[in-house]
Amino acid sequence: MKELIIVILTLVIAPIIGGLLFGIDRRITARLQGRYGPPILQPFYDILKLLGKERIAVSRLQFVWVYSYLVFMIASLLCLVLQSDVLVLVFLLGFAGVSLVLGGFSTKSPYSHFGANRELLQIMAYEPVLLLFAVGIYAQNGTFLISEIFNQSKPLLFNLWPLFIAVLYILTIKMRKSPFDISTSHHAHQEVVKGVITEFSGPYYAMYQLAEWYELVLVLGIVALFWTNPLWVGILIALAAFLLELVIDNVAARMTAGWMVRLSWTVGLLLGIINIAYIYFTKGV
Amino acid sequence: MGLIHNSRIKSPWILHFDNSSCNGCDIEVLACLTPLYDVERFGIVNMGNPKHADVMLITGPVNRRTARVLKNLYDQVPGPKMVIAVGTCASSGGVFHNCYNVLGGVDKVIPVDVYVPGCAVKPEAIIDGVVLALTKLANANL
Repeated sequence: MKELIIVILTLVIAPIIGGLLFGIDRRITARLQGRYGPPILQPFYDILKLLGKERIAVSRLQFVWVYSYLVFMIASLLCLVLQSDVLVLVFLLGFAGVSLVLGGFSTKSPYSHFGANRELLQIMAYEPVLLLFAVGIYAQNGTFLISEIFNQSKPLLFNLWPLFIAVLYILTIKMRKSPFDISTSHHAHQEVVKGVITEFSGPYYAMYQLAEWYELVLVLGIVALFWTNPLWVGILIALAAFLLELVIDNVAARMTAGWMVRLSWTVGLLLGIINIAYIYFTKGV
Repeated sequence: MGLIHNSRIKSPWILHFDNSSCNGCDIEVLACLTPLYDVERFGIVNMGNPKHADVMLITGPVNRRTARVLKNLYDQVPGPKMVIAVGTCASSGGVFHNCYNVLGGVDKVIPVDVYVPGCAVKPEAIIDGVVLALTKLANANL
């Protein structure tokens, strides 16, 4: 019964938090650029407007993939709040990413295909690091369960700080922020229009945005896992990471897709592997 | 329906299309996005994608080449949508009205909701035009 309440609360509260964070994101970005910026509630106006738009489907399967993107993202978030398995969480997040790619490939638009190919590259860049994050938790606690992280009195950050840096890299890719804004091309419309989401319009685009809100809460939740005792420190760390991403977004130029994969593999994988090797070395396994 | 109706007015996403303009009006359209005017205050965002747009800002006279593209873009914007002809050329053809390759204003090809005259249009006038289009959208019974 308690779990059911947690599930319902998550389904309702997560998009509200995500939407507000997106609103704060747009406001802070505007201030960093010397502009006034939209109201904090702007993402909610946008999504409500999109829900009221005309439905134009360019392929029969497109909306199936958008809904599966949303459902897998929610399932992944539920894994986190129900303190289930980290490994399952990572795989569900992977399925969500693949759904978006298939949604992009289900249309005939070349921009959409370009974006889908790049989204695949993004998945290739972040998925191994997330897996290493799960393995790192296993190396530290001896189990993949998130509930075990909450039982430990010593925060993960002390032993897993190199993996924390790697996860910050992933955060930039997952939030689609500037150095790694490859597949959806948020600011550079001239390049691939809107990339993988070019063909999603009206209510389907609203579904995509809703999934993005859940995703933002999810990745910030993953960052917060590094300090769970007490949890408010972890939440503060996650919010600080969020603000850091906004600053990085505004000071950095976009990189090419190749550079994104190279950087995340060299920095992310190297830090992760060294971190896990060190934990096993000190444990004497 | 009231909530969605109110949101429509608060988040117009713009598609900017240049027929065969001299780029004077295009520069003024982009000037609206700069810190001085900052139209994102009103939720106005410049979209590069017709499928995400609500309001079309069209500059320049329509010629025989761009007429087909303009019609295509108009069909790709999901309704409810608004069309704003920005500048004298887009409104009537302007100084190019009797050129052999020019059809005339935007209204020769697609229905136009708001005309914003001027050569080149002032950014204030463009913002005024968008506000006028939004008032029309607010009063429309959709």
